[in-house]
Amino acid sequence: MASTSQHAPDVSLKGPKLPVLEREKLILNERSYHWITERICGVLENKQPLLWWLLFIPSALIAAIGVGGGLFYLVSTGVGVWGNTNRVMWGWPIVNFVFWIGIGHAGTLISAILFLTRQNWRTSINRAAEAMTIFAVMCAGIFPAFHVGRVWMAWFLAPVPNANAIWQNFKSPLLWDVFAVSTYFTISLIFWFLGMVPDLATIRDRCKPGIRRYIYGVLSLGWRGGNRQWSHYEMAYLLLAALSTPLVLSVHSVVSFDFATSVVPGWHTTIFPPYFVAGAIFGGFAMVLTIMVPARFIYGLQDLITMKHIDNMAKIILLTGTIVGYAYLMELFVAFYSGAIYEMDAFKFRMAGPYWWAYASMMICNVVAPQVFWKKACRENLWVVMIVSMFVNVGMWFERFVIIVTTLARMWLPGDWKTYSPSAADYILFIGTIGFFLALFLLFLRFLPCINIAEVKWAKRESDPHHDDHVEHPDPGVTKVPAYQHELNAANS
Amino acid sequence: MSTTRKRVYGYLAQFKNASALYKAAEKVRDAGIKKWDCYSPYPIHGLDGAMGMKRSILPWFVFFGGMTGTATAFTLAYTTQVVIYPTVVQGKPANIFTVPAYFPIMFELTVLFSGFTVLFGLLSLIKLPRLNHPLFASNQFHRATDDGFFIAIEARDPNFSTTATRELLEAAGGANIELVEEED
Repeated sequence: MASTSQHAPDVSLKGPKLPVLEREKLILNERSYHWITERICGVLENKQPLLWWLLFIPSALIAAIGVGGGLFYLVSTGVGVWGNTNRVMWGWPIVNFVFWIGIGHAGTLISAILFLTRQNWRTSINRAAEAMTIFAVMCAGIFPAFHVGRVWMAWFLAPVPNANAIWQNFKSPLLWDVFAVSTYFTISLIFWFLGMVPDLATIRDRCKPGIRRYIYGVLSLGWRGGNRQWSHYEMAYLLLAALSTPLVLSVHSVVSFDFATSVVPGWHTTIFPPYFVAGAIFGGFAMVLTIMVPARFIYGLQDLITMKHIDNMAKIILLTGTIVGYAYLMELFVAFYSGAIYEMDAFKFRMAGPYWWAYASMMICNVVAPQVFWKKACRENLWVVMIVSMFVNVGMWFERFVIIVTTLARMWLPGDWKTYSPSAADYILFIGTIGFFLALFLLFLRFLPCINIAEVKWAKRESDPHHDDHVEHPDPGVTKVPAYQHELNAANS
Repeated sequence: MSTTRKRVYGYLAQFKNASALYKAAEKVRDAGIKKWDCYSPYPIHGLDGAMGMKRSILPWFVFFGGMTGTATAFTLAYTTQVVIYPTVVQGKPANIFTVPAYFPIMFELTVLFSGFTVLFGLLSLIKLPRLNHPLFASNQFHRATDDGFFIAIEARDPNFSTTATRELLEAAGGANIELVEEED
């Protein structure tokens, strides 16, 4: 360029240089755009590894027996087959509902909140996390729908005119929940699908003419990747992120209102909404790690989902786990400080009653286990990461068990006191939903792009049209300090 | 079929990377071309300015969509709870002071209606779904969703000419310049 010499900064700058820390790379080994396309599309274009079949067949069978068979037995016999006893009428179905809906929070958190805060590391994991959200909400939806008793009456939940001319109670958190969960599912689905359109076009353009190309062509809506499309598309994505951020915080808040607005010792607390939201993010990230760490290994995605990503997620688990731990302790403190005997008794019963093992499991899994992530060596060891994530998955289930069962088992009237035990039908349906979730996720890996191809390409340095401006005009006032790269230190990546 | 009539869609030129595409876009913009577009595998930030495009109007659609949602939820709740079937539950009366209890549903429906407006507003603005397009006839265009950067100038632009447009794209640094034709 002829004008370079005019713009060239004064290279003889005196004085101390400003140290600038380079950013840690999110895509390793300087992979090209084409490599990224090949690798991500390869996951669904190549033959699936044997492990996929070894996981899919049992998952699908468990889903068919557990969800299909379990629900058939339930509906044909009646909800009496569940362990829900008088007093603990919410029982396992609502425990499982809250558990799954909580899992479904990380996806939208990663997509929306990390997008608004410009956390570029989200690009490698957001697609899978969003898919997880959709599948987890599907699992969650089964429980309240069948928990109403006569499932063919579930449409009474919707505010539509009916023969009795009775309308739903719009003051009830249970109706808020219907709206919150169904809105969350719909918006998550739109977000997930819109995010996938350019990637579906990538797959379409790689297909040979035929039925497969036709299907991906229809799904990609004829996307061409012109800037006149990208411009509106980027705005749409931003708007959806901005809409989903309060939505994701509202959903679990509304779920917590189901508890917090009731006049029941142990539930009637103002800490519930933030405590539930932190717990949901905590459990959701643990599930993302549980699924993505093996998937990254099986499909060779280490250059795209780097140790840096895992490190960040481990730190979020540590943070939210500590918030959850704070909430547990604050609940106890407030119960003590309130001086209300019923409140104090409820918490004594939780900790030292017949369900002490559930409370202890919750504390160990959710509060103690994530503390190992203070150490860098633990965040870099994938076995430790996996084990802690499993602990969190289990712990978050126990948290809901503790909240629901221990509270309902010991309410106001001693005559109502009863202990709860789930029935075989409870176990079958819950295990069935785990299979359902895994089977859907494996199908997702098989048929849809599991990493956001366009956004990962966008995160490359040379994707910025101005990235080479600094090559032509280097800044003499700074010295580059190389970033700590996890891959150089991590032994098992 | 050699008997099929063909109609010229326009010129397609490839550029080697995002920076080259950006610089070329500025040249095409300054040449006064209106019917054209830049194609890239990912959104290039700042290209809107380089192409002389305005900010998307989608937020306006969504604002009104969202307000419709709020109004719908309020009307639904107020009409059914206060007007048609007032029921006193939880000791709460059924009148205008109950409205705060409807806020959660008003919020949810605002988000729901906004989300649908985003989806359908976007599709109408980008004119999709449209499964076929003349550009798909090009045998290099499939790289636009992989690693290719393209500019296409359409023949319906008033400044289009088979020689001058080609020269413009060449001067801007375009390679593999191709005259894309669609079957009539």
